[in-house]
Amino acid sequence: MPLDANTPDLRTEFKSVGTRPNRPDGVDKVTGRARFGADFSAPGQLVGLVLRSPHAHARIKSIDTSAAEALPGVKAVITYKDIPEQEGCDKDVLVNIMARGTALYDGHAVAAVAATDAAVARKALKLIKVDYKVLKHVTDVDEAMKPSAPVLHPGRFEPVDYNSLETASHVSGKQETKTKTREGSNIAGRYVFGHGDVDKGFKQADIIVEHEFKTEATHQGYIEPHACVASVSSDGMAELWVCTQGPFMVRDVCASLLGMDVSRLRVTPSEIGGGFGGKTTVFIEPVALALSRKAGKPVKVVMSRSEVFRCTGPTSSASMWVKIGAKKDGTFVAADAVLKYQGGAFPGSPVEMGAMCAFACYDLRNVRIVGYDVVTNRPKQAAYRAPGAPMSAFAVEGVIGEIADKLGIDAIDIRLKNAAKEGTVSSYGPTFGPVGLVETLEAAKAHKNYKVKLGKNQGRGVASGFWFNFAGNTCVSINLNVDGTLALALGTVDIGGSRASMCLMAAEELGIAYDDVRAIIADTSSLGYNDISEGSRVTFSSGLATIKAVRDLKKRMCGRAAKIWGIPEDAVKWENGAAHPAGANAGGFDPLSIKEIAAQASATGGPLAGHYEINAEGAGPSFATHVCDVEVDPETGAMKVLRYLVVQDAGKAIHPSYVEGQYQGGAVQGIGWVLNEEYFYGKDGTLQNAGFLDYRIPVCSDVPMIDTVIVEVPNPGHPYGVRGVGETSIVPPLACVANAVSSAIGVRARTLPMSPPKVLAAIEGVAASKA
Amino acid sequence: MRYEAPDTIKAAVGLLSKAKGTSRILAGGTDLLVQMRSGMVEPDLVVNIKGIPGMRDIVADKGGYRIGAAVSGAELEEHGKVGQMWPGVVEATNLIGSTQIQGRATMVGNLCNASPAADSVPAMIAAGATARVVGPKRTRDVPVESIATAPGKTSLAKGEFVSSVFLPKPPARTGSAYLRFIPRTEMDIAVVAAGIAMTLNAKGVITAARVSLGAVAARALLVDACAEAIIGSTLDDAALDRLAAAASAAAKPITDKRGTVEFRTKVAGVLARRAAVIAYDRARG
Repeated sequence: MPLDANTPDLRTEFKSVGTRPNRPDGVDKVTGRARFGADFSAPGQLVGLVLRSPHAHARIKSIDTSAAEALPGVKAVITYKDIPEQEGCDKDVLVNIMARGTALYDGHAVAAVAATDAAVARKALKLIKVDYKVLKHVTDVDEAMKPSAPVLHPGRFEPVDYNSLETASHVSGKQETKTKTREGSNIAGRYVFGHGDVDKGFKQADIIVEHEFKTEATHQGYIEPHACVASVSSDGMAELWVCTQGPFMVRDVCASLLGMDVSRLRVTPSEIGGGFGGKTTVFIEPVALALSRKAGKPVKVVMSRSEVFRCTGPTSSASMWVKIGAKKDGTFVAADAVLKYQGGAFPGSPVEMGAMCAFACYDLRNVRIVGYDVVTNRPKQAAYRAPGAPMSAFAVEGVIGEIADKLGIDAIDIRLKNAAKEGTVSSYGPTFGPVGLVETLEAAKAHKNYKVKLGKNQGRGVASGFWFNFAGNTCVSINLNVDGTLALALGTVDIGGSRASMCLMAAEELGIAYDDVRAIIADTSSLGYNDISEGSRVTFSSGLATIKAVRDLKKRMCGRAAKIWGIPEDAVKWENGAAHPAGANAGGFDPLSIKEIAAQASATGGPLAGHYEINAEGAGPSFATHVCDVEVDPETGAMKVLRYLVVQDAGKAIHPSYVEGQYQGGAVQGIGWVLNEEYFYGKDGTLQNAGFLDYRIPVCSDVPMIDTVIVEVPNPGHPYGVRGVGETSIVPPLACVANAVSSAIGVRARTLPMSPPKVLAAIEGVAASKA
Repeated sequence: MRYEAPDTIKAAVGLLSKAKGTSRILAGGTDLLVQMRSGMVEPDLVVNIKGIPGMRDIVADKGGYRIGAAVSGAELEEHGKVGQMWPGVVEATNLIGSTQIQGRATMVGNLCNASPAADSVPAMIAAGATARVVGPKRTRDVPVESIATAPGKTSLAKGEFVSSVFLPKPPARTGSAYLRFIPRTEMDIAVVAAGIAMTLNAKGVITAARVSLGAVAARALLVDACAEAIIGSTLDDAALDRLAAAASAAAKPITDKRGTVEFRTKVAGVLARRAAVIAYDRARG
């Protein structure tokens, strides 16, 4: 079998893969020894702090830094003038890291200082005088689309004929007569997907359900705030130690913003205390570099929790309309949706992905989705675990839940009837290969949780979800040590136990013990470019590259054995951790173990290493079905999640514990999104809950142990059948919990979060309407 | 910033009396240190009172207990006897923060931080607790409900601080309880709260009651109308309905990020009713 075949030979029997060894980074993390972003220090480092706009929208008339600069201990003060616009840089990122003329959201960076200690730096911030002219602001997505809304970027986005928008015809009571605005609009983009003829489809329907839905912005809620140490030498060579999901991205973006050759900047990623997509862009990193460049000393910048909430990227808030038509037997005949996502002060909300995912679970003849990307006076959104998909699934799966109830069809059966499968033309275009939605639905239906009898004020919800999974650029090296152990160098930050998974795949491929492979995350000068750890791509892409790098190494080791035995290379095969003669004709040599080959490496040609680089494709989507039971206190609106089940297709679970961990983590984040998490803005457009006290992520006692079932429908695009698993798990929970609440108390929640005051008001509304 | 750790009340009062600018008492520090780190307050003087004799003591007094200003929630819980006498107070105090916070947080600090949502305060008010205020002129004992005047504001004069809280001996057949509503299950601040204490006669008729509501006004309220609603009853459904209505009527909440006027008003009644049921069962023994 060729070692570098383009079509992977799908392995189905495993020794290491599928076991559950401890992760190599585990002990250091639980003992506090692991070094996170704020744990790096450089000799003589200064403390950097950022001055931020207290206004949601304001013109910056002037910035006077003279008093701050005169304060003893202050070594540098910078404004946008110290980061001049470079040709070819991303202007939105440039403006986001430091306001240029206009503060676009509460917390937008306006200036920064580097000083000998934090007390001096804090004092210096107070001495910077900024003269603001406060402008009208808008934070709500529907408000931002109105012609009367203040325009964030005058002249940038096309004026819109508001009467022609899908929103105008579908959303009652919101039409406005004014059709054009002189300054343009806040609508940064429009996306359309679908096929067939929805109008014709709806004519065949026995039942049509349509509703509007709204979700609030939520933050990834990673426990580790952004932190970095930047050191720029007088010769222009720079180093950056940083907590990020993408050190190569940080290097390239910072170099571009600061006008540096990429070779001059070396980025070393720290351990990461959570990212979930939020650490896939830059905020403080170029600011720290600019401060260090000006001060001539290393500068450490660590965000406060309040800064993390106000100034980094939460996900979008969304306003949506969904309409689905079905036959009496539950067959969907048409589906239509309008999605409006605000992505903060700059274009790029994940509405396009939200639109692509909305109906991806279903086999639909007639489907249309229109998505609008809208800018508002909020922080620029960043990716958050399956960006854009949980919101549209909330609306779509909610409507499906209502159709099932009205038709008296079981919630899983109606999904089975319409489920996408191999050969289905997806609602966003491509035709699916082998996918596992049907398998997840069948496993959910067979699970014991689906049979538990419910009590008073209790209800059960079901929802399915989809995520594409990404592949992308990956570059991996594996080095054989003198004693036969291995050092595996990866360029994708380990955000979910990937080092353990890579070691398992390397051990499997070599036929050696897991403990004989140690994986590290290399810095940006040690490997070729690696894409960010995002899109559930790491175990797939870096795993594929690891397997191929190991095959490269195996070939070289077989070559050395051939040399020792004096036989041709192709007469040697690798099995169970050793080189063997390929057959009886090759000669009667005893196998040479990896340790023996390593010991003789110097004598047989020098060090042994394997390497592989690829822009991978064929990631293979992952589908999931969730089932949850809730109990609602009808007197307070408080909700308790009693049971929660995640069934998801992993293709092949390399390390099942970490796959289950991804399932559980995504479910819990989704539950938080439904229950209490929200960006809460005051009338002045400033964020009112920039801390973990009033931005309520779930605590342990808020959720039950999340039950998991791993379904394995192998992905033909990976040698072991792997699919990414990190993101799909956050897609169904919003609708799953909402559907459970509906079944418990007859209240259909279409606005998130379903915080107790909202649930109680809804219960009383239902009671009043019955009275 | 000046930091002092005096070893007598007199020395502490002297420091506070002479201090210019902003001064703060450090007992548990679970509010103060957070406020300092977040930049909410930059004190010129911090006076650590933990080293003053008596501040960390729980002392039996006149059949009740005097609890020093630096006694932590964990120490209060481990004492056992205070909790047997006033379960509502100790349960309320133990709801503050996490296990780690309980090792530091104090009831007196909770009182003097003057948050309308402070958990221990409605429970202390219901128990009829008094605060001992020491100062440059005299030492005075005042009802705990007179300490907080508005969010973050107290009736304490310059140089004064609270050195202890006294929980009196309850009459026979007295029960107490405290309930709060929070959107999650722990690590949170009350959106609405109700503390209640009641005494029964041998027939199970309520002869005395004190009901306090938290987080529904600028400070914790002592609501006489709630007490009147149940005194003379055996806490039957009609009495519970009257109690809930009186609690909702007394609530004067605001709408903010933690809850709405409508929600707090309704749930004040729900919690008063539920706390009363627990207290009644405890009073019957």
